[in-house]
Amino acid sequence: MSVVVSPIREPLIGGNKTYHQITEDICAPTETTPPKSWVIAFIASVITLAYGLFCIGWLIYFGTGTWNLNRTIGWGWDITNFVWWIGIGHAGTLISAILLLFRQKWRTGVNRAAEAMTIFAVICAAIFPVIHVGRIWVVFYFFPLPNTRGPLWVNFNSPLLWDIFAISTYFTVSLLFWYTGLVPDFATIRDRASGFRKKLYQFLSFGWTGSAKHWQRWESLSLVLAGISAPLVLSVHTIVSFDFATSIIPGWHTTIFPPYFVAGAIFSGFAMVQTLMLVTRHVLKLHDYITVSHIESMNKVILFTGTMVGVAYLTELFIAWYSGYVYEQFAFLNRATGIYWWSYFGMMTCNVLSPQLFWIKKFRTSIFWTFIMSIFVNIGMWFERFVIIATTLARDYIPSSWSYYTPSWVEIGIYVGTFGLFFTLYLGFSRVAPVVAIAEIKSILKSSGNQYVNHHKDAHHHNINEQHALDHLTAEHEGEHHH
Amino acid sequence: MLRKRNKTVIYGLYNDETDLLTAVNKANSKHLDIFDVYSPFPIHGLDPLLGLAESRLHIGGFIYGLLGTMTAFGGMTWIFTRDWPMIFGGKPYWSVPAFIPITFELTVLFASIGMVVTFYTICGLGPGVNNTILDERTSDDKFALAFDLGSLNNDKVDSLRSFLKESGAGEIHIKDI
Repeated sequence: MSVVVSPIREPLIGGNKTYHQITEDICAPTETTPPKSWVIAFIASVITLAYGLFCIGWLIYFGTGTWNLNRTIGWGWDITNFVWWIGIGHAGTLISAILLLFRQKWRTGVNRAAEAMTIFAVICAAIFPVIHVGRIWVVFYFFPLPNTRGPLWVNFNSPLLWDIFAISTYFTVSLLFWYTGLVPDFATIRDRASGFRKKLYQFLSFGWTGSAKHWQRWESLSLVLAGISAPLVLSVHTIVSFDFATSIIPGWHTTIFPPYFVAGAIFSGFAMVQTLMLVTRHVLKLHDYITVSHIESMNKVILFTGTMVGVAYLTELFIAWYSGYVYEQFAFLNRATGIYWWSYFGMMTCNVLSPQLFWIKKFRTSIFWTFIMSIFVNIGMWFERFVIIATTLARDYIPSSWSYYTPSWVEIGIYVGTFGLFFTLYLGFSRVAPVVAIAEIKSILKSSGNQYVNHHKDAHHHNINEQHALDHLTAEHEGEHHH
Repeated sequence: MLRKRNKTVIYGLYNDETDLLTAVNKANSKHLDIFDVYSPFPIHGLDPLLGLAESRLHIGGFIYGLLGTMTAFGGMTWIFTRDWPMIFGGKPYWSVPAFIPITFELTVLFASIGMVVTFYTICGLGPGVNNTILDERTSDDKFALAFDLGSLNNDKVDSLRSFLKESGAGEIHIKDI
C-alpha cells in the first residue's frame, strides 16, 4: 500500500512511535493508579458538584424566588449559562464531524477528548432549562406526551420547543457517535486487561473483534454520522439563537443571530478544548500525540471564529444605527455605555481584541499564551451571552419598568456546581477511556508519524539539494520538537 | 456468555498492514478462500481484495432519516390541523416554516439511532456480547489473516501453513472460534 505523505505538513505524531507504543502510551492512564494531582482535582470537583446539587435542591425546595430575577429581567444567569455551556459543546462535534469530512488528519489527536467535552458540556447546559421552570415535577410538559390536560399539545411553533428537540437530538447523536468511536479502543484495553477490568471492558467493548467487515461498516457509519452531525451542530446553535431572534425585543430581533451564534459557539468551544487539552496533554504526557501543530491549528480556528464574532458585533452596531429605529439604536447604546457597560467591555476585549494576538506565530505556538487566551475567550463568551440576555432585558420599552439584576448565591452556586459536574465527568473519563482515539491515531501513523514524514522530507531534499542544506533542515526540526 | 462461531481457523500474524495486504494479494492469486482479516484499525484498500461489497448502511440511514422526516412533519400536521387546531400569533394552522426545525432534528435523530442500532445488530455486537477473540494482539499491533479449516484434510492445512509462512507471517496458530 502506498501511503501519501505530504512533504510540507508537520508530523502529527512525534517520538518515532510504533503501533505497540501508541497502544502502551494511550492505554497507560487507564491501567495505572491515578497520580495525586488527579485525586486532588477529582475530590475538588466532587465537592463543587455536591455544592451545586445543594443549590439546585435549595432552588427546587424554595422555588425560583431564590434567584434574583424580576419582572423585567426574566432571564439571567440561568439562560446565560445554558447558552454558554451548549456553545462550548459545539467544538467537539466540529472537530469530530466537520474536520472528518474535510479530511483534516490533525483531528485524530484531539477528537476523542473534544467529543467527551461536548457530551459533558451538553449535560451541564441541559440542567438550566430543566431547573429554571420552577415546578420541576411537571417538566415532562416539555415533551409532546399524552397528558391529563385533554388532547392539548405542546406548541410546535415555539422556538423554545425547537430547542428541546435540538438539544436532545444533539446529545443523543453525539453520544452515539462518541461511543461507536470508543468501542474498538475499549477492545484494545480489554485485550490487555485481566480480572475485573477485563470483565468491565468486555462489557464496554460490545464484543468487538476487529474483523474487516466490521471495520468497513464502522467507517461507513462514522462517515454518515459525521455527515449528519455537521448540519446538526449548525442547527442546534441556530435554534438556540432563535430563542432570541424570533422575539420582538430590540437587540434580539435580528437575522444575523444564527451565524453569529454558531461562530461564537465554535470559538468558545475551541477555547475550552485548548484549556482541557493543554492540561490533559501535560498530566498524561501526551506531547507526542497532541503536538504544537495541533495547538496551532486550533488557535487558527479560534482566531478565525473570534474575528467572525467581532465582525458580527460591529455589524450589529452598524445596522442599529442604519435602521434609523430609535429602540434598536438605544438597545446598542445601552449595551456599550449603559449600566452593564463593563460586561460589554469584557466581551469586546476578550472576544475581539485578545484573539488578534494569534496573528503572530510566536503566540499561536506558545503553550503559555494559548492557555491564557483560552481562559480569556471563555470569559469573553460568557459575557457575550450575559450582554445579550440581561443587558437587553434590563432596559425595555417603558422606563418605569427598567431594572437591575445581580445573581443570588443560589444562581452562582448552581453555575459553579456545573463546573464540578463537568470536571468530575471529564476526570472520570480520562481514567476509564482512552483520551486519544487509538485506532484513528494508528491509521494516520504512516502518513503523519514524524519518522515517516521526516524520512520523506529528507528524501525529497536529497534530490534537489546538497547535504549541508539537509543538515540545516534536520537541525531546525529537532529544535522545534524540543520546543 | 462467551459467544462461539464453531469454526476452526488457521491464522498468521503480520507485523504491518503492508505485509498483510501483500499476503492477501498472494492468497487471491492462489485462489485461497480467506475467512477473515483482523486488524487494529481499518486498512484502506483491503475491502476490494477480500471481495467485500460496499456497506449498504448509508442506504439504511437514508430510509431511517426519511421515516423521521415523515414522523415529524406528518405528526405536527395531524396535531395542528386535525387533532387540536390552534392559532398562534395569527399564523395559519398549517404553518410549514415553523415545522422545519423539528422536522430536521427528527430526521437526524431517526437516521442516527436507526443506523447505530442496525450497525450493532448486523455486526452481532452490543452490550453483553462477548465474542471469542482470535488473537488479543490484533487490537494492538498485529494483523491477522485467517483461513477456515472446516473439513480440510491435513495436506491442505499444511499447504495453508506454508503459504502463511512464505507470505511473511511471524506466527501461525490454529484456534477454535
